[in-house]
Amino acid sequence: MASALGSPSAFGQSQFAFMRGNAFEARVKADGGAELLRLVHEKLDARAEPPTSGVVPDLSAVGPEGRTARTALALREATAAGVWTLLDHPLLALEVAGSPAFLEPDAVVVHPDGSWTVVEIKSFPMLDGSADAAKVGAAARQSAVYVLALERVAARLGAEPEGRAGAEGRSAKEDSAEPEGRHAQDSAPAPKVRHTVLLVCPKDFSNLPTASAVDIRKQRSVTRRQLDRLTRIEDIADALPEGTCFSPDLPTPDLTVAVESVPATYAPECLSACELAFHCRDRSRAEGAVTSLGRSLRAELGGLTTVADVLSASRGESGDPTDPAVAALRRAAELRAEALSGGPALHPEASGHAT
Amino acid sequence: MSLITTLARLEAVDTGRAQPLATVRHRHLSDRPLVFVPLTTAGEAGAPLGALVGTDRDAPRLLVVPQPRDRDLRFAFLAELADVVLPYIDSYAEDVEAAERNETDPETGKRVKVEVELCADAPQLIVPSRAGIDFVRLLGRSMRFRRTAEQDPETPHPAPPRVPLLGRWLTHYGERARVPGSSLLLALTDVLSRHWATGQSSLEDQHLGALLAWIDPPDDESGAEAALRAELQRDAKGQLVCPPAGPATDPAFDNKLLAPAIERYDRARTALAAAEDGIEADDRLGELTAAERQIRDLVASRTRPTWDAVWRGLDLLRALPEGAHATDRWTRDRWSFTGHRDRVLAGEPPQPRRDDAVTAANKLATREREQARLEAQEALDDPLVMAGRRLAGEAFAGEVTDVVMAYSEGKRPSPRPLVTVRTDDRPHLGERAKVYRSLGGKPQAAEFVGYEGNGGNGEEQGGYGEEHGGYQSGGALDDNGALVVLRVVDKMGRGKEPETGSVPEKGDLVCFTLFEHEQRGGAKLPDPEETPWTHGGPPGETEATPQLHAPDAVTEEDVL
Repeated sequence: MASALGSPSAFGQSQFAFMRGNAFEARVKADGGAELLRLVHEKLDARAEPPTSGVVPDLSAVGPEGRTARTALALREATAAGVWTLLDHPLLALEVAGSPAFLEPDAVVVHPDGSWTVVEIKSFPMLDGSADAAKVGAAARQSAVYVLALERVAARLGAEPEGRAGAEGRSAKEDSAEPEGRHAQDSAPAPKVRHTVLLVCPKDFSNLPTASAVDIRKQRSVTRRQLDRLTRIEDIADALPEGTCFSPDLPTPDLTVAVESVPATYAPECLSACELAFHCRDRSRAEGAVTSLGRSLRAELGGLTTVADVLSASRGESGDPTDPAVAALRRAAELRAEALSGGPALHPEASGHAT
Repeated sequence: MSLITTLARLEAVDTGRAQPLATVRHRHLSDRPLVFVPLTTAGEAGAPLGALVGTDRDAPRLLVVPQPRDRDLRFAFLAELADVVLPYIDSYAEDVEAAERNETDPETGKRVKVEVELCADAPQLIVPSRAGIDFVRLLGRSMRFRRTAEQDPETPHPAPPRVPLLGRWLTHYGERARVPGSSLLLALTDVLSRHWATGQSSLEDQHLGALLAWIDPPDDESGAEAALRAELQRDAKGQLVCPPAGPATDPAFDNKLLAPAIERYDRARTALAAAEDGIEADDRLGELTAAERQIRDLVASRTRPTWDAVWRGLDLLRALPEGAHATDRWTRDRWSFTGHRDRVLAGEPPQPRRDDAVTAANKLATREREQARLEAQEALDDPLVMAGRRLAGEAFAGEVTDVVMAYSEGKRPSPRPLVTVRTDDRPHLGERAKVYRSLGGKPQAAEFVGYEGNGGNGEEQGGYGEEHGGYQSGGALDDNGALVVLRVVDKMGRGKEPETGSVPEKGDLVCFTLFEHEQRGGAKLPDPEETPWTHGGPPGETEATPQLHAPDAVTEEDVL
């Protein structure tokens, strides 16, 4: 759609990165996931019995719904069996803005105590035990979504009719509880989804896997809040004029009008996350919105939202001089002009007799 | 971002050209910098694809790894890089001048002056963008623990000689780049955006092509249009006309041009290895050379535009006069360079993988001190930066309207003249706040007494900065500004009468700052043997350092 609008996105993946990522993931999961299970045991659950041979159930099924159901079944069986189990590319469903979305984590591991861990395999290196913070943050946010989706599955598996809320409340409590406490939960089998995920990365400059436990409680609650607050798709659709269509086959002007009918607030951060960012940026710049220069600017300028407003206020052509934002702006413009014109010798070195 | 910077950005949007953020150049630029434009292979850590490097803008040296996953080819690249960079570094290491340094005498424990060498100039490394600095650090880390055959005959994949040394130097430069105001290793986008405000966000300023387009647009185009072209325009083959400044390459380049070329190279190599006789081998060698040539051309085509852009950016920066204190900070860079030169000469081991607690604390303290120093010096060097501080209520400027001679009480009365300054600024002056002005390059201190016509109670007035409300509330304000009364307290000589020129006179234009001009070092850290074990002191030492310097584990098969 971005291309049809005339502002194609700049996203793409190099086949080198793609090949490398796949090769690394295959290596981590080789031999029935022996290495992966060893890492989970070592980093997350060292008290449990060490994994000898992991179970890797077959998750293939027809269609996304079929695979989701197959995943849920495999999770139930593995939890009941109480042995180390590796689910390779399970499929989970999560409701986003009122419509189901399917998610495919790299792996989910079922511990002998019946708890579940999300495993995220990334191909950026962990150098001397630390990795690029931005990339780790992105991986943590991604895993948080998987954890939320798994919690839905766990809630459904739980026999308790109170369902989701009960399961979540319990898992939060269990975080602080000792492992001994968990056996008591087996009778009320809403399996626990661990809030610490395992991030697996290549070690230093090699392709040997190393792993680190990442606590995603914060990302999980942030994501959950955001998901809860998302405007439902039906509500957005209801607000649209009758007959609005987003087909990329439409002529560009028609499509542009259709896209315009959904309001968007562009900020520079969008560039790294959204395919339509270039389109929104063009719009935002054409409107002269100050936010296109950064969110912080917007906060600084009070009620002035467009470039023209700000500049005319700073020149004293408009704006209320008793408005503190306007007053500060005028003073800033004055000082800037003075410094640039070399005006009165206010440069400390040039002042006084000393020089 | 101060309001003045914000205003500059908005003016840039309005005029279609970048607007100045500084009136002088706040970073030292060497006469002969080494420019380094590296490219890396997507998805691989520390697998360079190629680079342009050199000190001559018309004759860069092109280094290429035709198959980045081949360890030997990577080593060949690094060895070549060392052949360019190390002689450049060495050329600065020998030219020294005598200097003095304070050191603690180990026997008496007293601070004594020691004669030491200080390199007269230091090598300067310029990379296009901040990602380039990270890449320099990554290269340094990947090389410094390598072993050469000479160091360790048993090592399975010996590195070419001098590669570990290059790793140590790049690590040093990468670390130094984290010190605010240092110029040993500069990212051009950072330096340019320090001096110009564009009409785009700081995120978009990381694109060297777009940044230059705003600062120096073509005659018939606005900065915004030129920047958009630099960002997005693609040619008929779908390739960006202005390739990213790296080290990451554009995925479209990887997939459409580079991958087929590397595949051709691999095939040619396999065919050459399978050749059965000399004539066949000759033919296939020809094919291999052609394939390699193709990859070299591709890498050159992606790095040369960036190379030219870097030099263009340097030209723009050189047009600004260097700030007075930039030289002072460069001297600190020379000390840093000399210090590392001495450590290398003394045969010390490479920098450890992780700093111990004491080193880390020292580094952090240095960065904080240098940050404060940088902020003060930039303001003193540049009225435009000072304007930002004045707006924030951290400095004020104005005309001296009155000077009254006064003396301190005590046995030997010293001059303590009262100076009244009329200013339109709204400094955050607390009771008896210290303010400073520059007097012949040295700071002269004064004490805030009060506002004239406001009972001199020294109440805080508030600035324009974050609390805009202060503008309206200042009690002593009228259309002519505020009258600030100050008591000058030092730099007036030892006599009863102040030395000529040491006290401002009526009619002088003065500028006082609320921040100090010179930074004092913090308290010294205790000696290693006094450091508690919680902070890496004894008995932690027994944990031994050798493994910190052990070479990295290597991948068995040669896929990085």
